[in-house]
Formats: sequence, structure tokens, C-alpha cells
Amino acid sequence: MWSLSNISSAIHDWLNQQFNSTWALIMEMVIAGVCVISLFAVLGLVLVIMERKVSAWMQIRLGPNRVGPKGMFQSLADTLKLLVKEGLTPTGADKFLFNLAPFIAMIVAMLLLAPIAFAKDFQLWDLNIGVLYVSAVSSIMVISILMAGWASNNKYSLMGAMRSGAQIVSYELSAGLSILTIVVLTGSLKISDIINSQADGWWIFKGHIPVIIAFVIFIIAVTAETNRAPFDLAEAESELTAGFHTEYSGMKFALFFLAEYVNVFIVCAIGATLFLGGWMPLHIGHWEGFNHAMDWIPSSIWFFGKTFFLIFIIMWFRWTFPRLRIDQLLTLEWKYLLPISMFNILLATAMAILKWHF
Amino acid sequence: MFLKNYIKEVFGAVGSLLKGMRRTGYYFTHHKEIITEQYPDNKDTLKLADRFKGEVVMPHDEHNEHRCTGCTACELACPNGTIKVVTKFDITPEGKKKKAIDKLVYHLELCTMCNLCIIACPSDAIIMAPTFEHSVFDRSKLTKVLNNPGSKIMDGVE
Repeated sequence: MWSLSNISSAIHDWLNQQFNSTWALIMEMVIAGVCVISLFAVLGLVLVIMERKVSAWMQIRLGPNRVGPKGMFQSLADTLKLLVKEGLTPTGADKFLFNLAPFIAMIVAMLLLAPIAFAKDFQLWDLNIGVLYVSAVSSIMVISILMAGWASNNKYSLMGAMRSGAQIVSYELSAGLSILTIVVLTGSLKISDIINSQADGWWIFKGHIPVIIAFVIFIIAVTAETNRAPFDLAEAESELTAGFHTEYSGMKFALFFLAEYVNVFIVCAIGATLFLGGWMPLHIGHWEGFNHAMDWIPSSIWFFGKTFFLIFIIMWFRWTFPRLRIDQLLTLEWKYLLPISMFNILLATAMAILKWHF
Repeated sequence: MFLKNYIKEVFGAVGSLLKGMRRTGYYFTHHKEIITEQYPDNKDTLKLADRFKGEVVMPHDEHNEHRCTGCTACELACPNGTIKVVTKFDITPEGKKKKAIDKLVYHLELCTMCNLCIIACPSDAIIMAPTFEHSVFDRSKLTKVLNNPGSKIMDGVE
């Protein structure tokens, strides 16, 4: 059957036949790099048009509808505009850090793609601490935001960056604890192990109440971590003009913009992997016929379907809820999400020991 | 007690957030609710709100008669001197002199569409029209005379 893993193994075999193993590895790396970059470009275009359409329909508007059929080329036209715009560096800015920050944001997003399983046996790097790697690397994101805010030499940028720092540091705790719930139930940090443990049902069904609570907390926490509304204090258009990227223009701004959307994709992919089974089709216990029928849908479609479903939920949040104040934001984390997720992980651990899950 | 309030608060918050999401979800799935008017494309079918205030007009009936008595209430009500009522005296068949309007001059360029003149008018002679394409190349075209030439007051309007 046609699948991404067959294509990748065919390429691997062909390269190993033609060249020696070192050159084959180098060429595979180049191919993977090109694929990642083109995935970034496509994701940026698709998610921007999706965001604009979703926001328009939720606000009883039409949304972009002029460029291309039903406005589908709008983000392409926007990218073209951003490419030809001048990338200005302010006079008072720390030039080196100012120009470095967007690239760090981008590199972090690229690093995070490594352990994500896009389809069955189709993964760049299946390292044995995959989940830990994701939560560790995603924290580097805050450095690029702080760097951009500090180097801009602008009070709005600095305030936005500082808010973002407080926000990411606190929300990482509850995101980490809700990830840990799944790690406790699976007994492994490896992404492929976590997915294979869901072959007889996704964790959100198998783990019932504790996993559902963990899932809700995870979605709230990653919305905060990616600086999206209702937690977009780092940008806060109405009070800080644009927060940490106030001074950025042209392609440097576009890199921040792209990194934000790719981060949304990545956290949703992680959420889909942990709670909704990643590429694993919808399997119910021992219903062989049903499970077999579900296997006919390619695993990559399952993965992207679940991921885009979560992205849609996060967009739904963004266009429904008003922005929180900074003290409300920290109250929500320290007085509600953290105690609840600590209690919840206790519950999940008891459940894992006593085998209360299905 | 504290714990009970805490749990109640959490559930109340989740409930109210879900209520908001249900509303936006309804709008997301029901595209007929979209109120956007694609203006230059739908010039023929453009629907404006009933209370849209575009400019002051004086409606005339088929006999070229209006309801304006020339009382200058609108002129007095106008906060920025947009309306100027020029009155004249008609001779009625009984030989009496009767006040009537010669011209009701309306300066669209000064008007803020505040609706005070329409509220002030005792005989409902002027209304707000739902027109909005007002741009012209010559400023003098914005000074309009609202009553038609040769028009006179409707019978029975005092």
C-alpha cells in the first residue's frame, strides 16, 4: 500500500545502492532539511489563510475572498508583499541581537519538528527521550522573544517580552505535568512507544477522567505557551502595539509570524500524539473488523486530521475569548491549573498502578 | 467550604467559556448570518439599515408639495449652522399674508448627521435619506436647496 514510510525507505535503499553510506546519509539529511523547510512554508501559508477564514466566519464576516478562488491565495500574496518589503533595523537597536532573534525563533521551531511522527514509521529522529526533548527545546523559544524585545530598544517590545517570559515560565509547569500524565500511563518518553501504546484505543478514551483533565489543561497551557489569544499579552495589539515584534518589518517580521504558526502546529501535533494517538487510526479495543476498516485510511491523514482539529480548537479559543490581564493570567496558572494538574497526576499515577484504565 | 467554592468556581468558569464557544461555533457553521455587504459589487442589491443617516432630504408628494411650514425649528436645532431657512410671505386666497419657505438651504459639507433637525421638526417635513455616495469635485455642489423649485406647502399642514 502507498505510504510515506514506503517512499522514504525506497529513497534510502536507492541512495545506499548508488553511493557509499556516508554520502547517502549526507544526502538524506539534505533531503530531510529541504522537506522541513518546504513543510514550514506550506504550513505558514495554510495556517494563515485558515486563521483568517476561521476568524472571519466566527465574527460574521466573509474573510479574504479576492485573491484566487475564494481568496485561497491571499496568504501567498501577503508573503510576496513581505518578501519585497524593506527589513528595517532601528538606530538605537542592538543590531546583532535584533537580527539574530527571528532566526532563533525559527531554529527552535525547526528543532521541535525532529521527534514528531508524521505517519507510520515516518519520523526524523525517534530519540528515547522524545517528550522531554520537546518540552526542553520549546523553552528556548522564550529566549528569542526576550532577545527581540530587549534588542529593539523600545518600551513596548521590552514589556511584551517580559510578560511573555513570565507567561511561558509559569505555563510550562502545567503543560509539563499534563504531558507527564501520559508518560506515567505509558511508561516511556519515546514518541513511537507512546503511539504504539494507543493501538487498542487512544489515551483520551482509555484514560478517561484524569486524561481528559490533563488534555484540557494541556490545551490551555500550550495556548499560553505559544502566546496566542486569550493569552497574547506578549503582543497585545491594543496596549503594546505589537509587543516584542513592534520594531520588526519585512521578512524578519514574517519569520516571527511563521514561527508562531509553526509552534502552534507543533504543540498541536504533540497534543495529538500524546492524547489522540498520533498517526494511530481510531481503534476500539478488540473490534477486529472496525479496526481493520480504520487502518485503510492512511496514517498521515489521521495525524494531520487530528493536528488540524486541535489547531482549529486553539483558533476557536482565540476568536472567542477576551484577553486576560497579567495578574489574571498568573492567577489562573498558579491557583487553578497547577494545583489541579498536580492532583490530577496523583490520580493518574494511582490509576496506572491499580490498572483502572482500559 | 473553601474547596466547594473552588470547584464551583472552576466549573462555572468552564461553563461560561463553553457558552461563548457555542456562540462563535454557531456563527462559524451558519454562514447565512454573515452581514458583510460587498459594496461596489452589490450596488443594486445593497441593503442599508433603516436608521442609516446619509443626508437630510425633504420628501415631496406627486403634486410637488412638501410639509415644511418654515418655522425654522431645524435651523435653531442645528448645532453647526448646516441649515438655513429663507422665508417668504404668500398671499392666501382670503387675502391674508402667510409665512412659507422660499428656500431651505442645506450645507452637506457642514452636516454631522446628528439627526437633531429631524427630531426638532414639528411637521415631519425633513427626513434622513440612506444615501452615502456624496463625493463631488466642486464644493459648491454640496450646498443644496432641499425644496423643489415651484413647490408649495401641503394642505392642512400648519
